[in-house]
Amino acid sequence: MSSCSTKCGKKAVLKRPKTGDVLCKECFFEAFETEIHFTITRAKLFKAGMTVAVAASGGKDSTVLAYILKILNERFNYDLRLVLLSIDEGITGYRDDSLDTVKRNRDDYDMPLTILSYKDLYGWTMDEIVAEIGRKNNCTFCGVFRRQALDRGAALLKVDCIATGHNADDIAETVLMNILRGDLARLNRCTSIITGHGDGIARVKPLKYTYEKEIVMYAYFKQLVYFSTECIFAPNAYRGHARVLLKDMEKIDPAVIMNIIHSGESLTVNEEVNMPTLTKCSRCNHVSSQTVCKACVLLEGLNRGLPKLGIGKSSKAKKMIAEHDKKKYECSSSAENKQCICKNDPVGNSIDRKNDVTW
Amino acid sequence: MSVDTLPISIGFGGGAELLFGNKKNFAISLPVQEITKWQISDLLKWIQDNLLKERPELFIQDNSVRPGILVLINDVDWELMDTINYVIQPNDEIVFISTLHGG
Ligand SMILES: [Zn+2]
Ligand SMILES: [Zn+2]
Repeated sequence: MSSCSTKCGKKAVLKRPKTGDVLCKECFFEAFETEIHFTITRAKLFKAGMTVAVAASGGKDSTVLAYILKILNERFNYDLRLVLLSIDEGITGYRDDSLDTVKRNRDDYDMPLTILSYKDLYGWTMDEIVAEIGRKNNCTFCGVFRRQALDRGAALLKVDCIATGHNADDIAETVLMNILRGDLARLNRCTSIITGHGDGIARVKPLKYTYEKEIVMYAYFKQLVYFSTECIFAPNAYRGHARVLLKDMEKIDPAVIMNIIHSGESLTVNEEVNMPTLTKCSRCNHVSSQTVCKACVLLEGLNRGLPKLGIGKSSKAKKMIAEHDKKKYECSSSAENKQCICKNDPVGNSIDRKNDVTW
Repeated sequence: MSVDTLPISIGFGGGAELLFGNKKNFAISLPVQEITKWQISDLLKWIQDNLLKERPELFIQDNSVRPGILVLINDVDWELMDTINYVIQPNDEIVFISTLHGG
């Protein structure tokens, strides 16, 4: 039986992937919490007086994030107002249990909770979208809509910042995926600990340097209740492969996770490479690299009964949007016409939203 | 004291239970006639033959658990307990937690 590396005299309960140290339960809690505190202070993620929305899915990462922000806020007097923000995609049997978990977080951690549905935000549930398009491309819709949903929710709640539960393994996985896809624009940005603060509501990742193993061990030893399931629709095959590859390599040497993150951080994009410039979506005002953002293109397809529109790079999609915008211009001159799709935006066009290309 | 079986409890969490009919806890008795020293690697084979109803590749890989599944033996990380070579004792509690499911 190994004893704790700190020589505290207690029995070790886990081997840390990051350092190889073996720690007792108490020393592990201390190390885990203090490291996240250092990450938060070193990167200046928060300012006193801020309202921070924790993007809460009911899963392990966001549950641990909500818990840890609560205790650090109290222990180190961050002076933050913490709220929970959940998105209900409208997938029967998928979110029901995870939203129950989020409601438990609300009660256990004493944080106000707002649940926004895709139906509220876009007029469509994922069930309805799947009925329309089948299961082949549904993850495209779900992912694009989810990114904007958090921003829309954050704008509604008037929070200063959104904290997400992305952990070190998630970020390494995304670096790997962007390398495999040759997506240079996202490659560097996906490692940023703060995104979007220039042009909308900032997103921060306090668990950026925290290994998944430690998050799960922490939740286990603290007996935090979380919900785990795979989305009942087809999982993202590409991400699945990247994840398996990473876990296989991590088994051989856990340092690969940090090494991949550091590589992503250090890469600079050659200026000769054509980087997309960010503008605002002419429809919803969300920051986008296109004149109409991906969410609006997908919505346009759904609302027209042409759901394949916007999947892949289609000039047809742009042409149809242009045609529609011409019509929109015509119909908005008539104030009585409330049926027009261009009035469907439940948040209002005046709100600044951030980047839909970073996650 | 003579024992014919080795009683232990095993648990599944973090989504691993989805592979076991959504059941999280099992009290089992391992037969000691053929195998007298049960190691975790033997237990994994036993689980595959007796409990794992579907998609064994999501749980077992190369005589071990699939990377990304954590194992705790009496609430201690199995990496401190010689992993698959640990010799199981009566009334051990062995827990398998998936980190691969949505967070
Ligand atoms: Zn200790
Ligand atoms: Zn838009």
